Amino acid sequence: MSATEPVDELSATQFEEHKALEAEEAIQGRPFELSAVRGGLLGKFANDKLAFVAIGWLVMIVFVAIFASWIAPYGQSQGTLGDADKSPVWNGGSWDHIFGTTPQGYDILSRLIHGARTSLVIGIAVVLAAGLFGVVIGLISGYKGGRTDRLLMGWVDVQVSFPGLLMALLLLMVLRGSVQTVILVLAINGWMVYARMTRGVVLSMKERPFVEAAEIIGARPRRVIMTHVLPNLVSPLATLATLEFARIVLAEAALSFLGLGIQFPQTSWGTDAAQGGQFINRNPWPAIYPGLALTITVLAVNIVAAWLRVAFDPQEREKRHAATVIAGAKQL
Amino acid sequence: MTERSGPLLEVDHLRVEFFTRRGQVQAVRDVSFHIEPGETLGIVGESGSGKSVTAQALLGLIELPGKITGGDVRWRGESLVGEGCEKVLDRVRGNEIAMVFQDPMTSLNPTFTIGFQIAEVLRRHMGMSRGDAKRRVIELLDLVGIANPTQRVKQHPHEMSGGMRQRVLIAMALACEPQLLIADEPTTALDVTIQAQILELIAELQQELGLAVILITHDLGVVAGVCDRVCVMYAGRIVEQATAVELYGTPGHPYSAGLLRATPRLDEVLPRLVSIDGAPPDLLKPPAGCGFAARCPLAIDRCVSESPTITLHQHEGKDRHVACWRAFDDVLL
Amino acid sequence: MSPVGAHSTTSSSDAGAEHGPIVEVESLCVRFPVKGGFGRTKKWVHALDDVNLFVGRGETLGLVGESGSGKTTLGRAVLRRAPITSGSVHFDGQDITHLGGEQLRQLRRRMQLVFQDPYASLNPRMTILELVAEPLVVHGMVRKAEEARADVYDLLDRCGLPGDAIDRYPHAFSGGQRQRIGIARALAMRPSLIVADEPVSALDVSVRAQVVNLLQDVQSEFGLSYLFIAHDLSVVRHISQRIAIMYAGRIAEIAPSNEVYERPRHPYTKALLSAVPIPDPVVQRERRREVLIGEIPNPIDPPPGCRFQTRCPMATDLCRTENPVLEQKSPGHWAACHYSDQLV
Repeated sequence: MSATEPVDELSATQFEEHKALEAEEAIQGRPFELSAVRGGLLGKFANDKLAFVAIGWLVMIVFVAIFASWIAPYGQSQGTLGDADKSPVWNGGSWDHIFGTTPQGYDILSRLIHGARTSLVIGIAVVLAAGLFGVVIGLISGYKGGRTDRLLMGWVDVQVSFPGLLMALLLLMVLRGSVQTVILVLAINGWMVYARMTRGVVLSMKERPFVEAAEIIGARPRRVIMTHVLPNLVSPLATLATLEFARIVLAEAALSFLGLGIQFPQTSWGTDAAQGGQFINRNPWPAIYPGLALTITVLAVNIVAAWLRVAFDPQEREKRHAATVIAGAKQL
Repeated sequence: MTERSGPLLEVDHLRVEFFTRRGQVQAVRDVSFHIEPGETLGIVGESGSGKSVTAQALLGLIELPGKITGGDVRWRGESLVGEGCEKVLDRVRGNEIAMVFQDPMTSLNPTFTIGFQIAEVLRRHMGMSRGDAKRRVIELLDLVGIANPTQRVKQHPHEMSGGMRQRVLIAMALACEPQLLIADEPTTALDVTIQAQILELIAELQQELGLAVILITHDLGVVAGVCDRVCVMYAGRIVEQATAVELYGTPGHPYSAGLLRATPRLDEVLPRLVSIDGAPPDLLKPPAGCGFAARCPLAIDRCVSESPTITLHQHEGKDRHVACWRAFDDVLL
Repeated sequence: MSPVGAHSTTSSSDAGAEHGPIVEVESLCVRFPVKGGFGRTKKWVHALDDVNLFVGRGETLGLVGESGSGKTTLGRAVLRRAPITSGSVHFDGQDITHLGGEQLRQLRRRMQLVFQDPYASLNPRMTILELVAEPLVVHGMVRKAEEARADVYDLLDRCGLPGDAIDRYPHAFSGGQRQRIGIARALAMRPSLIVADEPVSALDVSVRAQVVNLLQDVQSEFGLSYLFIAHDLSVVRHISQRIAIMYAGRIAEIAPSNEVYERPRHPYTKALLSAVPIPDPVVQRERRREVLIGEIPNPIDPPPGCRFQTRCPMATDLCRTENPVLEQKSPGHWAACHYSDQLV
């Protein structure tokens, strides 16, 4: 198509906005690009398999978390000192405690399963709370512009420049660590990303002619946002939320590891890793398992997020399709 | 380089297809043409006619989901398509054949000064020293009509207007003294007064440097001023090849005639503008017959069932190349 | 007739001005602030500078200018979509310069815009029914798009679209068809004014005429007035009764269409005419073309005097110091040039 560039007098200010947006994207960076984008065909299939495995893992974690009470062989703090420090079954332990037991005599597998539930609940709750608040602030900021925008983005900037973990620690020292307080603290810390991204998308949407087309027929701001802007936010928000989920799971673990999050004998992967760490010379297993579960889960979320991004990018999909067709033709 | 006779560039039954998920789009279907040294060839067509894809195919710039699926492109006898063409392309691209695109901003790097960017081309392709390159950059900018070249070399692309950027791009294209310049809609993004400047510049440069130029455009007016010969493309095919004077005087293909009538002229007043009804065919499923048959006022049964190839016709004592079963059957204008 | 309009002169000699013109723009200035670097003083983009014109009822006024001329801003200012710094805009006799809130929203029923880009101006997630009925929904005339189906069907038919278009999405249509959809949508509220912002410049030559002809057809059918914006002089002649030429935020010339083409009174108009290539190699190569040197001046720091003086082949010291005012040179023909008499 040979459309002429819609160059006009307004473009001076638009150009500035555009540059600001680009800068913002550059700072936040593109999270975790899959090598599939550049790699050859073989690389792509390998990566797809990886994504498949990652999805499998996540499905398992979700399943286990939901049905924790039925699946776990024991309660999360059930056991006696008599059962303490049992080895895993492949290290001379018994089938009663497959992954062994903690120095307190609790079953490690059961604690992992209950820990998955904690991680999931906290992750989802924080993503929802922070996401909702951030999106609303971003919508207002981006759509209203002017002084409101400067004020709200000033707030975001101030909060972003204050070290998040430090604030979380301070808050948790005042409040008592529990699932609810951890959710609250992490949500307070995590909404700014959503606000910034939403504002960016709204700003770029405002430049789109169909949004002006809605305004020019006399549509009220509410309608413009709900019918014309919001639907375009869904896919970038979904990607961001997935990645944020992974970050929150890690942050919860970190807080718990520092002893300010979930309090022992309540379980969380972070709490258990910390507890296990105290006796790591005597029995490393209680620290290793939660650490592994955490690492694999976060990695899986990242892989799936990246895979989704590539898989749902229309251009990338076209390229892949063409590559398969041409490869197929060559084989014949 | 040794002088050899024959055309500079020959395109022979070129086919380009896009493998989309909706199916195979036959963007360029069996296109053949050639260009002689020092000649200006216009390729005219509307969006979707395959003119830009053809231009990209000449320099091996087709990327997935697109692919050249047939035919050949020969530059001074050497093939630019198929096995082992990458080496030849690397040598030819930018050195012997240069290209100028519609949007100059995408071809320039925003983080470097334009002086640096042109000098970089000179140093890499021509092996010039820093000092020589610097002097040559100023000469080149002067050649493309940029005032104060010594000041301008220090500017970044965003400090320049669209017209200036297009001049810079032309200077960059000319840096390696190419024999052929391919200009893909070089003035479409520019204002009319700036378009006139750039077209004038291209014509001047061609005279001065003996360049061959392929000018790709949707605007018959642009072609009229500068081109010796014209290929008219429609639905992925060349439907007519003629000299400019012949084409505008007595168009041989009904589509050329329709396009000519639809282009408004400043020197005549019509009560109503003339259009061609309908829209081009979907190249996912190109029609069996002539691509233009559905919109053609002269179409007969044969046009729908059988696709005409470009053939030699005799008209008013002249050789004319038209792909139409009814070429010169009727008075078309 | 005066470009300032019947509002101030109350001359009602022109055709169709029983109640005065539909749009009158008086001494309109639009400036945008641009941010300087740290601590630098604020600078202003002078987008429009003292613009006067009117659009008669049932008339089409062509508004021609290159990028940076202010034509788009003027179109948006008439629709109250650009910040007005000073001056006034009257619509149908009413001063709308300072209208806001619900009053402005109600005004939107009576003035509409046809966009340049038929691809980007239709929300890809909405069906044609929803798109064309949206103005009716927004103004509470129907509760749901579905209630307007019959009306939309009729509008699509009048705009030359097939009936089965109604439940499809924009991507199924070509550029020309999308522009028809855009026109149907603009007509939905039965407005009295349509600002057409380069409605055909993104379209292929062979379908341009279809859209221009459609605009002409619906004009008489719906009793519309048009402000038809274009970037060159090739298409406007066929649709406009009068043409205004803009340069760097000011009006250079306003005259009846034929006058502009046959007796231009401003050197910029002459240059614009000569820059449009004629699709005929014999004529085009014989034409004496005046290729303008240089480019449109920076709107942040416009030159003193006439804004065209930096490129004008006729410029003198007078042009460099004194801004030529828009004056009537012959009946209905206004030009802003000190030397316009020398051009005839």
